[in-house]
Amino acid sequence: MMSLGPYASFIVTSYALVTAVVLILIIAIAIDYRSLRQRLRELDQSGITRRSGRSAADLR
Amino acid sequence: MTLIDLANPSKFLSLTARVLPWLAAATAIVLAIGLYQSAAAPDDYQQGATVKIMFIHVPNAWLSMLVWGVMSLAALGTLVWRHPLADVAAKAAAPIGAAFTFLALVTGALWGRPMWGTYWEWDARLTSVLILFLMYLGLIALWRAVEDPSRAARAGAVLTLVGAINLPIIKFSVDWWNTLHQPASVMRLGGPTLDRAFLVPLLVMAAAFSLLFVTLLLAAMRNEILRRRLRSLQMMQARAFSSEVDTGSHEGNAPKPKFGAA
Amino acid sequence: MTVLAALIRRDIRIAVRVGGGALIGVLFFLTVVVLMPFAVGPDLALLTRLGPAILWLGALLASLLTLDRLFMADHEDGSLDLIVMSRTPLELACATKALAHWIAAGLPLIGATPVLGLLLNLDTRSTAAVALTLLAGTPALTFTGMIGAALAVTLHRGGLLLAVLVLPLSIPVLIFGVAASQAAIAGQSFGAPFSILCAVSLVSFVIGPFAAAACLRHGLD
Repeated sequence: MMSLGPYASFIVTSYALVTAVVLILIIAIAIDYRSLRQRLRELDQSGITRRSGRSAADLR
Repeated sequence: MTLIDLANPSKFLSLTARVLPWLAAATAIVLAIGLYQSAAAPDDYQQGATVKIMFIHVPNAWLSMLVWGVMSLAALGTLVWRHPLADVAAKAAAPIGAAFTFLALVTGALWGRPMWGTYWEWDARLTSVLILFLMYLGLIALWRAVEDPSRAARAGAVLTLVGAINLPIIKFSVDWWNTLHQPASVMRLGGPTLDRAFLVPLLVMAAAFSLLFVTLLLAAMRNEILRRRLRSLQMMQARAFSSEVDTGSHEGNAPKPKFGAA
Repeated sequence: MTVLAALIRRDIRIAVRVGGGALIGVLFFLTVVVLMPFAVGPDLALLTRLGPAILWLGALLASLLTLDRLFMADHEDGSLDLIVMSRTPLELACATKALAHWIAAGLPLIGATPVLGLLLNLDTRSTAAVALTLLAGTPALTFTGMIGAALAVTLHRGGLLLAVLVLPLSIPVLIFGVAASQAAIAGQSFGAPFSILCAVSLVSFVIGPFAAAACLRHGLD
């Protein structure tokens, strides 16, 4: 383990904060994506179709 | 693959679905290398180990400005070329940029506490980043205040461009203001004459965070496209439902109307 | 040209009549400055030192307060649509409206400055310096604030959103306005900050009308 000197807590805190915020961003985007897909699939099953006639949940 | 091809949201979705895993993997690899290198970097003779905060502080500060630049390009795309994905990109980029700016501020404060003896110094750089953060928040508030996406997109694009013109002016005036009230105790890093032992990890970390930004931006843009698709489908559903109620009340036992596009 | 002159005359006439709100701005300015001694204490020496800053903050907030009306009233009665559709370039019309707004709401602030300087124990020289910087700086506040007003009217959201968007943009004006007045009081070089303040004003004359016109053109449908 490397020595971080007398200010180790500041260094660790800043790295932890950056990790936390980046993780929050990733998780928020992932959750958003899942819920959007889920709602699109529900709409798809209830018979609402897009103008192009393709399935809304189909991303290809 | 040109910009015109990307104008089709469906094509964009299928392209990003293929590209995103690779981008995420590249981000993880470069980030791992950067973290390893910054852990292995020697201590600064003046700042000791706290110089390690620089490896995450500076990339975040760079990105906070780069993201506004990307948003300005997207704003031009919205206003001049009416590129359909430009406003999606601008809207998706704003929260990510605000997050990076926030991180730059907080890591700056945490770096300042051991170095300057105070969390917050009205230092020119910290102050300009704080103002940038306020402008990000204002822009997000603007996006959230309006329901109609295209209307919000154009207003947001104008504000982004005005910000892009004003930010250098604000930066200059804050610099000027700071030299006027400069406290004597502020210690500075060597500026451009940064030693190679610090420069290499810093650049790798900057590349890693830029890759992270691109990855997050593409993922958030996909979400935004899906959200708009969902919005239009829900409107269609509401229209179909209201016409059902209409015909139902007029004709009694009307046949069930077909759902579908008008 | 007559169109623009007519626009100025109309806007000023509306502003000084009942419901126009030009005088409310001055009243607000007065109230904010009078409130300050209650916050910092009736220490005249301290008030002298803070004087220019207090006057500038008061002017900034007062000009922000009246900006809401710049396009909103015209939007409500439909005349904004006529202005947008008319053959006069929209940028020029926006600049004219801002000018009229400044004459009606900004100039009275400068007129009130000597009285308020008296309350804050500023001498003649300092008061003159503050009034001069306000004269050079408040047009910039109006012209950058106009962008926020145009955004607010196209989004049908005024008030707080406008303040949040406009205040960060007015930081340079505040910095150089206060710096120039302080320099004049302390006997330092007044020219440098004052000319930069004028430059900031001139830049805002260019950016403001174009951005506001772009907003109105894209936003109103």
